[in-house]
Amino acid sequence: MRDAPSGPAAAAPAKAHAGGTPEVPAAGGWIGRSLRRVEDRYLLTGRGSFVGDHQAPGMLHLVLVRSYVASATINAIDASAALRQPGVAAVITAADLAGVAPLRGVLARPEFVATDMPVLAVGRVRHVGEPIAAVLADSAYTAEDAAELVEVSYGELPAVAGVADALAEGAGAVHEAAPDNVLVDVTPVSSPGLDDIFTSAAHVVEVGISTARITAAPLEGRACVAAFDERTGQVVLQTSTQVPHTVRTAVALSLGMDEHQVRVISPDVGGGFGQKCVVAREEVLAAAVARLLRRTVTWVEDRREGLTSGFQAREQFYQVRGAFDATGHLLGLDADIRCDVGAYSCYPVTCGVEVLMAANELPGPYRLRIYRARSRGIATNKTPIAPYRGVSRPQAVLAMERLMDEAGRVTGLGAVEVRDRNLVDAQEFPYRNVMGASYDAGTYRESLARCAELLGHGSWPGVQARALAEGRLLGLGLACFVEPTAYGTASFGMRKMTIVPGYERATLRMDPSGSVIVMAGTHSHGQGHATSYAQIAADALGIDPGRVRLRQGDTELVPHGWGTFASRSIVAGGGAIARASADLAGQLRAIAAHLIEAAPGDVELADGRAQVRGDPATSVPIDELARIAHHAAHLLPDGLGRGLEATAAFDPEGTFSNATHGAIVEVSPDTGGVRLVRYVVVEDCGVMINPMIVDGQVAGGVAQGIGAALFEELPFDESGQPVCGSFVDYLLPTAADLPEFEIHHLCTPTTRTPTGAKGMGEGGTIGAPAAVLNAVNDALAQVGASVGRIPVRPADVVAAIAAAVSRDPVDSRRKTQ
Amino acid sequence: MTDDHSIRITVNGTEHELAIEPRRTLADMLRHDLALTGTHVGCEHGICGACTVLVDGLPARSCLMFGVQADGRSVETVEALGTPDALGPLQQAFTDHHGLQCGFCTPGFLMLVTAFLRETPSPSDDEIREVVASNLCRCTGYQGILRAVRAAADAGAGG
Amino acid sequence: MKPAPFSYHRARSAEEAVSLLAELGDDAKLLAGGQSLVAMMNFRLARPAALVDISRLTGLRYVREHDGELRIGALALHRDLERLADPGVLAGFGMLPRAARYIGHYAIRAAGTFGGSIAHADPAAEWCMAALLFDAQIVARRRGGDRVIPAAGFFRGFLETDLRPDEMIIEVRLPVPRPGAAICEFARRHGDFAIVAAAAAVSSEGGVCRDARVVLGGVAGTAQRAAGAEAALIGSGLGADAIAAAAEEAAAGTDPPGDVHGSAEYRRHLVRVLAARVIEEAAADA
Repeated sequence: MRDAPSGPAAAAPAKAHAGGTPEVPAAGGWIGRSLRRVEDRYLLTGRGSFVGDHQAPGMLHLVLVRSYVASATINAIDASAALRQPGVAAVITAADLAGVAPLRGVLARPEFVATDMPVLAVGRVRHVGEPIAAVLADSAYTAEDAAELVEVSYGELPAVAGVADALAEGAGAVHEAAPDNVLVDVTPVSSPGLDDIFTSAAHVVEVGISTARITAAPLEGRACVAAFDERTGQVVLQTSTQVPHTVRTAVALSLGMDEHQVRVISPDVGGGFGQKCVVAREEVLAAAVARLLRRTVTWVEDRREGLTSGFQAREQFYQVRGAFDATGHLLGLDADIRCDVGAYSCYPVTCGVEVLMAANELPGPYRLRIYRARSRGIATNKTPIAPYRGVSRPQAVLAMERLMDEAGRVTGLGAVEVRDRNLVDAQEFPYRNVMGASYDAGTYRESLARCAELLGHGSWPGVQARALAEGRLLGLGLACFVEPTAYGTASFGMRKMTIVPGYERATLRMDPSGSVIVMAGTHSHGQGHATSYAQIAADALGIDPGRVRLRQGDTELVPHGWGTFASRSIVAGGGAIARASADLAGQLRAIAAHLIEAAPGDVELADGRAQVRGDPATSVPIDELARIAHHAAHLLPDGLGRGLEATAAFDPEGTFSNATHGAIVEVSPDTGGVRLVRYVVVEDCGVMINPMIVDGQVAGGVAQGIGAALFEELPFDESGQPVCGSFVDYLLPTAADLPEFEIHHLCTPTTRTPTGAKGMGEGGTIGAPAAVLNAVNDALAQVGASVGRIPVRPADVVAAIAAAVSRDPVDSRRKTQ
Repeated sequence: MTDDHSIRITVNGTEHELAIEPRRTLADMLRHDLALTGTHVGCEHGICGACTVLVDGLPARSCLMFGVQADGRSVETVEALGTPDALGPLQQAFTDHHGLQCGFCTPGFLMLVTAFLRETPSPSDDEIREVVASNLCRCTGYQGILRAVRAAADAGAGG
Repeated sequence: MKPAPFSYHRARSAEEAVSLLAELGDDAKLLAGGQSLVAMMNFRLARPAALVDISRLTGLRYVREHDGELRIGALALHRDLERLADPGVLAGFGMLPRAARYIGHYAIRAAGTFGGSIAHADPAAEWCMAALLFDAQIVARRRGGDRVIPAAGFFRGFLETDLRPDEMIIEVRLPVPRPGAAICEFARRHGDFAIVAAAAAVSSEGGVCRDARVVLGGVAGTAQRAAGAEAALIGSGLGADAIAAAAEEAAAGTDPPGDVHGSAEYRRHLVRVLAARVIEEAAADA
């Protein structure tokens, strides 16, 4: 039952954005068109190929024995009863993996304490769910039966259950290398004169924000099939990952093998959202066991494992102060950020990934010159964290946007005006921010204005007041943000990672029949690269995108790349493809020019044909050029044809999307339930290769952001036990919990990529928590209440209202009658 | 006697005879004994709905059913709805309206909606939203799925 | 998450089912819709040594009227109650289809059964609350014969009933119609188990309340009657003050658990809110 009465709330919603932008004929072709996805045909008909679909004869099923205590020594492991079960082939522990090195994520900087993540626990467990032993049997059912019979003797130790515990005097150390449990402590900026600015400021606004631990929860959990190829001596690992080459690196390092002796194949992947952009210890384990036993081994993560042992994210605490002048300009920002990073450091980005991004990116789209931030990553006996779509940006934006709302209140300017005064303006681009990042042109103020207009912000006070008179609490919230996308090697290198991602290389090959394969090191897992990349290549080559096919996810086949995460693929992958396509197009033009006796510069490629511009009599099919290049190369001078292939790399400078999100909510004062009435996005990601796919990415991200704002959390009790182990308690939003999203686009093409496209995949998750929390607080402000934590649970709302009533009984109660 | 039981089951119109142990779920039987891997397993406790198939025409979460329970019954899976070269009308609506991204939850939605539209060929928007709320999707935010079901219903794509 | 091994037996009749239960012993369980049981088995929280599949006993799938009494076969699906259309039945038992709409989702309602829900005895389950509201009589069969168990004594504790291991629910009888009975609940998401649920039915004569039933779900190990609330309503004029007082009594009479979905204090608050709402609704239709 919807606890709030239904009925029109604010102004009638703007016409909902239709499914994908209608096809917009772009000059020359395919970029900008909402082509239906190539991937759909096989996914819709159940012909997808996910790792768990693969069965090999004689395969061994791997089930893990996992710790059920948060902190303990392992005193003994007795697998004898398990080994007696029919169908059980082996039980592997760390003792069997002496030659297998742990995963060790390193930031080469003094503020970082490196720690090991062993493939199987070595004498010690540090979180509930840590893998201790692997049972191998002829079926998953048998393996699970046998796993129950493995007896582990623990020497339990007091658990460090949270940041407060970890930092307390006399707290036990999660890792010996970090006796104070601080794995990373950075102050990347501390502008001189900051304290004076705060002392003399007309207004100092302070907010405290905390965000709960959550998890990406892709519908397909992790899965591996590992085999040893006797003929080549290769370990072949099929795994559901976003980063095939990085998995290869980790497995090769751990197993002491050359990288080419490890082949990683990632077929269809049922969602990742960052959880699969780091290497799982189970991936290395499966590879190690396959090599050890010379058998094909499969591990399919179940949901209970996924929710308790799979990488988690986003448990952070912010204290942020802003100094504002009398006219609402932000003069200085001072932040203290703490991240509960759990028991181990993920590989390769390390547990510093959230910590660094929080501090580096807090200022966001606002003009700022004076900034200080201290950010710490604190170890606890909980499941380790890894990037989850947006990483720290959802939390940082939550903090900044609360700050702005507060500033709007104390200065009397209101939420829109205070932001407008501080957002970087069009004339200031490229804007070098206080951290040294250079923002390319965007539409920060324009998106705010448009979003506010679409929500009817101007008439909001009247709408809100009329609802209040009926005893209904409505709230409107905004969130402005800039989204750094596609960090290049320079940016990753600055973090002092020892494995530095950032570039992509693409190889295009045209076959004798004129079709093209694109080999890319990114890894689409729902983003539709097979479609978008084909559009980019087809535009450059003048052919139909149906003749361009993507090959990805096999380290044996594609150039070295970094996979798909950090909103990078269309920029880095698409950029490399654009360059390689241009190169291939140049080869085709040269061949055509030779055959028709023209200058290559006069030849254009369009509609599958090459011709001298304006002279159709010279037209030659591109398929014919391809045939000649391969099968009749004697007709061409040396240096032309003899195959048709191009490869190019692109290392992005970094490009910045922006958006404003706005939410209208209704808060029930009785039950505390929060209902989303409207949700508006005005975003700018530059050129959209396929607008329908862009809309899909925004929508999916917003849904996850709303989940984080209202529904999702993974609590741990004081002994480090996870409380949520199923979807009964971990609440993903359903279609009934979300309104229709109104998604609008502005377009500021960037000069930093060959296509003009910016990345945008994480924007949805970045803006939504702040927009929703601000809306809830706008509603609650009417009764003198507020909440400072997400997810906002109904009980929290009721408690906040009760607290307000007890502070000011007459006024608050009158308002909610 | 946890021994294998012999069962007869019709799947997508074809009769099969199998010997399986009682605890083998219908989902695992379809996927691994009959090589129909279109049905996916997302949670194994009946909440995500990715494993939805039709049993005697009604939607069933195949992770909550044992294969032996399907003895003598007729099961339909996503493989029955169409082929890559000949999408069924509901599948066509999903691709027209971007109703899928990674595709993992998709077969479950397709089977759920197939049963629903057979029973309720002219649903209201609210009825569509209520049914789509039965299953979980993490990629799409449901926007494209709702549009696809609306379009399929309008086009008379039920059953 | 694969279940532990078990032996499987399919019953062709209710008699065969209870025979099998008697033979197989305490560690055997009945399998009907499986929506609760199989999920627990997949987590290995339930590990029956044997399952007796009764899902094919179509003779037990009915909802029919018998001299004003509503008789629901144990294997009536949730959706059968959702789709009740007979105006005569709806007049007295219209609360049932409304309650059905809270149960899970379309697919769950197509598989889960009325009897299964009663036997499972979740404290927030709509049918358990309805059983108390309507003073249901639960007909249980074992090899020796049938017995009729009043709902009031049937629910013993969290997921625990008065049923013996060798007994099977055959039918649930609602002897007395309660026109205007209402139910409301609050859950985090539509279709979730209620954090707190409240149901009520009142009847009045000459503007004075003669009879009241208030049932709460999710506040204890079992669904329970709110006796204090009922007493506060009887003899009142069912005005706003009386309803508020009754709601207050309902809340005061609970000692709810706290968990990840709500603290004890919050649950008590919800009781006050939902009891007031549902009593008001019931009073309006009485």
